[in-house]
Amino acid sequence: MCFSFNNAANRAAFLADEEAYCRKYGLTGEQRAAVAARDVPAMLAAGGNVYYLAKLAGILGLNVQDLGALQTGRSVDDFKAMLVAARAGVDPALGGLHIGSRPSASARQRENA
Amino acid sequence: MAQVVGGYFTSHVPSIGGAIQRGDQQAEYWKPFFDGFPPVRQWLADVAPDVAVVFYNDHGLNFFLDAMPTFAVGAAPRYDNADEGWGLPVYKSFEGHPNLSWHVIETLVEAEFDITTCQKMLVDHALSIPFELAWPDAEAWPVRLVPIAINTVQFPLPSPRRCLALGRAVGRALRSWKGDERIVVMGTGGLSHQLEGARAGFLNPDYDRFCLDHLADDPAALTTHSAEEVAELAGTQGVEILNWIAARGALGEAPQAMVMRNYHVPISNTAAATVVLEPA
Repeated sequence: MCFSFNNAANRAAFLADEEAYCRKYGLTGEQRAAVAARDVPAMLAAGGNVYYLAKLAGILGLNVQDLGALQTGRSVDDFKAMLVAARAGVDPALGGLHIGSRPSASARQRENA
Repeated sequence: MAQVVGGYFTSHVPSIGGAIQRGDQQAEYWKPFFDGFPPVRQWLADVAPDVAVVFYNDHGLNFFLDAMPTFAVGAAPRYDNADEGWGLPVYKSFEGHPNLSWHVIETLVEAEFDITTCQKMLVDHALSIPFELAWPDAEAWPVRLVPIAINTVQFPLPSPRRCLALGRAVGRALRSWKGDERIVVMGTGGLSHQLEGARAGFLNPDYDRFCLDHLADDPAALTTHSAEEVAELAGTQGVEILNWIAARGALGEAPQAMVMRNYHVPISNTAAATVVLEPA
C-alpha cells in the first residue's frame, strides 16, 4: 500500500476513504488497526518498513521527527532536544569541517594551472 | 583510459532537500552541514569529472518489497526523479551512460556478482540531493550517471565485505574502460541514524568516527562487522554506510588522501557527514 503513495491521486484517495483504500490493498486486521490508530510501533510490528511508512506518515502530516517522538513517548520538542544534545558527545577531532593536512592533488593542480 | 578522479560521500536525508527548498542553508541549524560543501564544489571544479558512478539506496520510489534486488545497476539513457510522496520537489533528470553501464555490468557478472540490470529506473532523493549539494546552480547536471542501488532498506542486507568487493569490482571495470572519461565515485547516505522503534533517534558518533577514520586508508576495517552488527552500531538506517563502503571499494585498494571531511550532529534524526577522497 505504501508504495502507492508515491502518486498524489492515491494519497488523495486514501484521505477520502481510508477504510476502502486499506481494503483494496488487503491489509490484515492487525495492519488495519495499526493504521487506524496511527500506532507506528504496531505498524512496524505488523510488518511495515519505516522507509515506506514514512510515505504514509507524510499523508498524515507527520515527519520522521514526529515519528521518533511518537515511538519513544516523548514530545516532538523533547525528541529534537535529545538529538541536539547528542552533539555534546562529539569529540572536536571528529565534529566540524576538517580540510586535508597535505596539499591535495586538486590543490596542486590549481597551482600548476 | 578512463580515470577515477576520487570519491565524494555525503548524507542524503530528505530534510536536506527541504532545507534547500526553504533556503535554510545559512540558518543556524543547517549551516554547519552546508558549510561542508564549498570545499566539495571547489574539488569538483578542479577535478572536472564528466561521469558519476553513484552507490545509493532507493527508498521506495523505484523498488518496493515485491521485487527487491540486493544490487541493481542502471543501464538507462536517462534517469528521472519523481514524486516520492513526502513533499520534496521533483528533481532534475540525469543523463545516463549506457555504454559504461554495460561495461560495468559485464565486468560484475564476469566476476560472479549476480546483479539486477535496470534499463529503466527512477532515482530518488538519495541521488538527487547529493547532486543538488554538489552543483547547486547547475541547470543540467555536468556529469553523466551510472547508478548502482544497494538494498539497505529491508533485511537480509548484503554484508559490508560483499559491498566492498562489489565496489572493488566496479572500480576494476571503471579503470579498464576504454574511454577517456573522468569519473567521480559517490557513496550516499548515513551516517548513524535510526528512524524506527523504541531506539528511534539513536546516534553513534563513536562508530561514525571509526568509519570516517578508516575510510581512506583501511576500508577493510569496516567489513569486520556483519550487516546486523552495523545496524546495531549505526542504527537501522545507519546501514546506509554500505553505500559508502562500496563506493570506497571502487576507488581501489590503495590508500586514499582525505581532501576534506565534515561531521555534524544532528540534521533531522541523522548524524551527517561529507567526505572527499582522492588518489594519494
